[in-house]
Amino acid sequence: MAAILKGIGASDGIAFAKAYRLMEPDLTVEKRSVADAAAEADRFRAAIKKSESELEVIKEKARRDLGDDKAAIFEAHLLVLNDPELTGPIEEKIKSESVNAEFALEETANMFIGMFEAMDNEYMKERAADIKDVTKRVLAALLGVDLPAPALIAEEVVVVAEDLTPSMTAQLNREFVKGFTTDIGGRTSHSAIMARSLEIPAVVGTKNATADIQNGDLIIIDGLQGEVHINPTEEIAAEYQKRAEAFAQQKAEWAKLVNEQTVTADGHHVELAANIGTPEDLTGVKSNGGEGVGLYRTEFLYMGRDNLPTEEEQFESYKAVLEGMEGKPVVVRTLDIGGDKELPYLNLPHEMNPFLGFRAIRLCLEEQDIFRTQLRALLRASVYGNLKIMFPMIATVNEFREAKAVLLEERAKLESEGVAVAGKIELGIMVEIPSTAVIADLFAKEVDFFSIGTNDLIQYTMAADRMNERVSYLYQPYNPSILRLVKMVIEAAHKEGKWAGMCGEMAGDETAIPLLLGLGLDEFSMSATSILKARAQLKNLSKAEMEALAAQAVTMSTAEEVVELVQSIGKK
Amino acid sequence: MSKKTFTVTADTGIHARPATLLVQTASKFSSDVNLEYNGKTVNLKSIMGVMSLGIGKGAEIGISAEGTDETAAIEAIETLLKSEGLAN
Repeated sequence: MAAILKGIGASDGIAFAKAYRLMEPDLTVEKRSVADAAAEADRFRAAIKKSESELEVIKEKARRDLGDDKAAIFEAHLLVLNDPELTGPIEEKIKSESVNAEFALEETANMFIGMFEAMDNEYMKERAADIKDVTKRVLAALLGVDLPAPALIAEEVVVVAEDLTPSMTAQLNREFVKGFTTDIGGRTSHSAIMARSLEIPAVVGTKNATADIQNGDLIIIDGLQGEVHINPTEEIAAEYQKRAEAFAQQKAEWAKLVNEQTVTADGHHVELAANIGTPEDLTGVKSNGGEGVGLYRTEFLYMGRDNLPTEEEQFESYKAVLEGMEGKPVVVRTLDIGGDKELPYLNLPHEMNPFLGFRAIRLCLEEQDIFRTQLRALLRASVYGNLKIMFPMIATVNEFREAKAVLLEERAKLESEGVAVAGKIELGIMVEIPSTAVIADLFAKEVDFFSIGTNDLIQYTMAADRMNERVSYLYQPYNPSILRLVKMVIEAAHKEGKWAGMCGEMAGDETAIPLLLGLGLDEFSMSATSILKARAQLKNLSKAEMEALAAQAVTMSTAEEVVELVQSIGKK
Repeated sequence: MSKKTFTVTADTGIHARPATLLVQTASKFSSDVNLEYNGKTVNLKSIMGVMSLGIGKGAEIGISAEGTDETAAIEAIETLLKSEGLAN
């Protein structure tokens, strides 16, 4: 039956494909007594057999599609599955305690997992994950549920999930995943950012995607309107075919602007830069005509692994980005970890309010070894391009001074070691905490630039957790309170002859762009895929007119009034 | 019981792939096959047991087998260790 789900268009474009549900089934285990322990042990052995044949299939498929290297992990999984030190104690437990196989399996596996996780050696810790994977498969077999295997997707699909975590995204085969839709999330959730960086259409926050969509349903993802069509009628499918073509045409139109500068109708130049996470993202920056990198999120270097990246590894990445941008500005944000971005291997205590807790520069100033390693790598890479460094989550002038002092110490050390470091490296801060925005005039005397991080600035100003859907109505980029803070920051920068950029989602937002131009923003940093569209929009705007518009917008009482005001310019 | 000692020569020690190969080989035999390192003995048919030892380069390891095919088991493991450049 045809049905439509509404969500948030997280990444532009239209995708047609079959649904692939990426769901972790419920593997909750309850302890039960069994009357016939021998039969229960047989059931356990049958589950092992079933898991074995599944793993054999996966292994063969992985070998064919991905090569021997990727298949090796499944070879190891097969051995874990048949490990007598694992299966023996489980069978014994079933028999001696007359408990169900699920319970015996989980208890025994957890003991091994705990043992491996407690080891000092990083490699050993990773083995705990192997045991978990295998245990999950056997549990699923015992419980009679299916496990997804995203790494093995080999036909065009639309992925349907409750949410997409970084590790799940990493497993997706980009060649075949044409789009995705999730139950939860908003424009700034990890899944949405990922979709834009992969340049695939996505609709997030549909609430019901996993409930309403079955494997194999034909799905249309409309990332422009934020709609998901399930098994559409022929008319709708035909209509979407047209829209997809129109979108492709518009994209082709925008593509003509790829080598142009961003100049407004009245001749004012602004810089359109890209937000990136890895050196690989540069391909997208170039194909979309980015005039620089306005935000290089270095967290990705630290994520999806079991130990800190070395100075050398970091240096290689930074160098690759700086060289790749061929002298265009590259703003690197130092490590912004904590909050919703965890690094398990740092073993940081769990916090009640991670967004208000020990994260970003707070962590770096405390764990200075981590910070210094990153700064050294950056300083060494500085000679390969136009590097600017910014510190995240700065709340006080003292934090900036302290971070700057550490940077200068590392520079002095490198120079005394005879290592080349660029003469002038602009040093800036992210403005994402209201305390910093409010005294931007004082910061402006000490920093070289500001980059306004609107995602956090909005959440901290409105005191509304951006991961909490029930307060998502408070995520109001156009609220006059936000506009006034942005205005203060830009004016403070300009008064001291410094520049102000923005690297939050707002910078690429069609409704916000006229206001930001009017407020005097110098650099707009956004997902690479938004750049050409923004350039096309800015070409048709007059800065002088937008100044008047912005001046009026900050006197409005509500976000709705501001939106109405901005939309009225289109109608004139 | 048959027993033999070796010195690990592989740079990465007995990790990942070497451990997989060892366990696969030992599992082909009906004899009990054990691996001894640093005063600890584990079942060589257990991948988790082998990996839990964290055997690095230069380690002295002992392999013992007990059962009807113990001689063949030790031979096969010795051949593997040498042909893969894991130990001598």
